Amino acid sequence: MPLDNAPDSKRKFNVVGTRPLRPDGIDKVTGRAKFGADASAPGQLVGRILRSPHAHAVIRKIDTSKAEKLAGVKAVITRDDFPDHTDGDAALYDTMYNIMAREKALYEGHAVAAVAATTASIARQALKLIKVDYEILPHVTDVDEAMKPNAPLLHKKMFTDGVDPKPKKPSNVARRFEFGHGDVEEGFKKADIIVERSFKTEATHQGYIEPHAALASMSPDGSADLWCCTQGHYMVRDVCARILGIDISRLRVTQSEIGGGFGGKTTVFIEPVALALSRKANRPVKVVMTRDEVFKATGPTSSTSMDIKIGVTKDGLITAADGTFRYQGGPFAGCSPAEFGAMSAFAQFHLDNVRAIGYDVVCNRPKTISYRAPGAPMANFAVESVIEELAHKLGMAPIDFRIKNAAREGTKSSYGPVYGPIGLGPTLEAAKNHPHFKAPLGPNQGRGMAAGFWFNFGGQSCVSLNIPTDGTITVSVGSPDIGGSRASMCMMVAEELGIGYEHVRAIIADTSSLGHNDVTDGSRTTFATGMACILAARDAIKKLCQRAAATWGIPEDAVTWEKGFAKPAGANAGNFAPLSLKEIAAASPGTGGPIAGHHEFSADGAGVSFATHICDVEIDPETGASKIVRYTVIQDAGKAVHPSYVEGQFQGGAVQGIGWALNEEYIYGKDGRLQNAGFLDYRIPVCSDLPMIDTQILEIPNPGHPYGVRGVGETSIVPPLAAIANAVAAATGVRFTQLPLSPPRVLKGIEDAKAKGKKAA
Amino acid sequence: MARVVIWGSLKPHTGGRSEVEIEARNVQELLARLGETYPGLQAQIKRGVSVSIDGLIYREGWLQPLAPDSEVFLLPRMQGG
Repeated sequence: MPLDNAPDSKRKFNVVGTRPLRPDGIDKVTGRAKFGADASAPGQLVGRILRSPHAHAVIRKIDTSKAEKLAGVKAVITRDDFPDHTDGDAALYDTMYNIMAREKALYEGHAVAAVAATTASIARQALKLIKVDYEILPHVTDVDEAMKPNAPLLHKKMFTDGVDPKPKKPSNVARRFEFGHGDVEEGFKKADIIVERSFKTEATHQGYIEPHAALASMSPDGSADLWCCTQGHYMVRDVCARILGIDISRLRVTQSEIGGGFGGKTTVFIEPVALALSRKANRPVKVVMTRDEVFKATGPTSSTSMDIKIGVTKDGLITAADGTFRYQGGPFAGCSPAEFGAMSAFAQFHLDNVRAIGYDVVCNRPKTISYRAPGAPMANFAVESVIEELAHKLGMAPIDFRIKNAAREGTKSSYGPVYGPIGLGPTLEAAKNHPHFKAPLGPNQGRGMAAGFWFNFGGQSCVSLNIPTDGTITVSVGSPDIGGSRASMCMMVAEELGIGYEHVRAIIADTSSLGHNDVTDGSRTTFATGMACILAARDAIKKLCQRAAATWGIPEDAVTWEKGFAKPAGANAGNFAPLSLKEIAAASPGTGGPIAGHHEFSADGAGVSFATHICDVEIDPETGASKIVRYTVIQDAGKAVHPSYVEGQFQGGAVQGIGWALNEEYIYGKDGRLQNAGFLDYRIPVCSDLPMIDTQILEIPNPGHPYGVRGVGETSIVPPLAAIANAVAAATGVRFTQLPLSPPRVLKGIEDAKAKGKKAA
Repeated sequence: MARVVIWGSLKPHTGGRSEVEIEARNVQELLARLGETYPGLQAQIKRGVSVSIDGLIYREGWLQPLAPDSEVFLLPRMQGG
């Protein structure tokens, strides 16, 4: 339910908006923090997974007999150890199929068996002794190739959903989505200029530094414990319990510190495998992925192919926008974010006629999973590239063209609903007035910009707040802290209670300690779990006031809470000296026992989010190498609880977008095998590649949160691809329609343009 | 009657209509009646939907009340990273 207490715009904050030290900082820089692979248990075994070397193959037979006989091997599992408990839930069945292949191996790296042994060496030996009889099938890894009628078929029973009439022949196209309003054909008739282009982007990985790790311990009585790094330990608990066929309450999951997730840890990969091995071996089993496994068997995002057509009048008004977005999602239906690409593509514009068609396509690649604003960055790259080109054809400054056509309060969004108060216009105006926008450019440099959108959502959160007898606070939340949320939770609790930040500690509780909490994704945690913290603090304040009232012998409603003290509400309530939080807490054993606050809910009202980015790039004309020389992020945060963390989210999204735009890509050989499964060959940006990313936080309060907070974690990855492509186009005079803008591609583009120019001359 | 707008590719399940009217007190009732009236929508509803009510997106919110003149947009279930 959305809160009815809209933000008080006149409220003066004491803690919120300041920049205290992060509570996890010292542990992380001294190596004391416990990440997934740091968990251990007495008698634990080493788990290892055998993976398919083939992109597409029928698994005729798996012979584990020799591996089982090897001394030190305590368990070997295959598909036979995962009977189908999914009860018709197709998404859950696919998740189970992904963690252990069944009839077919659907991509290189697909798990086909696993062992638990006393040492890593024995486990590796055992994997070599497992004989898998494969029937190799033709494969397809490119989204356009996969859509062709004669493409190798992944699933004989996949008939495209969302087309009329329903196809009679199976294909690799799982679903078709269509969004929009108006009449695009009529809109194009009114256009003076139309630009139509096709684009492609490659798959990129979330690139978190910490590989997946899980320690599982399952007892003969069926109860189990699991320690793992994840963005959502309640999700892990629920999914693992259902795959293994055990009661959810029998499984307790404890989340470790997390070395990055970015959406990639919003599902399970090794966790059910570790549990199944532990169940069979009757010993704790630890499974830690190698980097090679992370690249080959965990979710990257989609590679895409897109067509964009936009028409404008000669005075710069968009008359129609049309787009087709083809996203491959790995081997299972419903995994690509095609629908969110289509929904978000034109969301930053006020359009009378718009159509966006998305295709969810299966390929012989790893099952894709969310990556920050899933689906939006690629679509934004395509659309904002065409927007820039249109502005140049019109002879208009691109910023003015965007401002003229920007979505605003009352705009019917391209995905349907009408916008309430939104922050796009202010981010565009702030960009126009930013010193970066007017700074001179050097030789071989170009400037680009783009505006982007993301939905944000709330979801389920449960918080418990305990006040021990010294009046300090422990707040237990169930949302893994992947971006500094513990600091923000402490700050919001301190703000409500009127005490210092240093008196509040937030911990991430295990799944048996609190009610359900949704995954930390969708930019939801500071918004939703933070709101639950505020409401849990208000619940505690009510109880603190009750204790004070009972102590003074006055009615409860005659007591108010101000700056950490219970006070009589007025002169009529009586003349009592205020009682501090410390005093009430110290007296609590004798006034009714422990004092705690709780709140559990499903939060809505997250509010959509917009950002505008400006980028300067310098191109080496001899090598085609691009260097980002200046970058600015301007985004609406509603209210920045801890501005340093907000800036960090802005900067992190921009950096990941820079990697996506310039270097990162999954490269497949003709054999369907990934050629660059490691950070040496898959090049993510490092500090020396980057300038300081400048940020500007705008605060346009979100009416759905008591402090006005909006999620900020995802929108910042949406505009960089387009902003950089537009900057490269400005620097080189060449419009690139395929990412990444790697040196060979840029150099070829420059040379082709030169050759074309000579030919024309 | 709440006015429910569905996304384009669901139109084959509603006889080609992009807007339908449904009598419902809350989201739960609305989804149930949508599925009853247009059985072709049941697969998508089962897969997961979010709704926008008068401009505000609800990822779950089954008990969210609907006013007689509410405008409801059916949306794919929101995901994030």
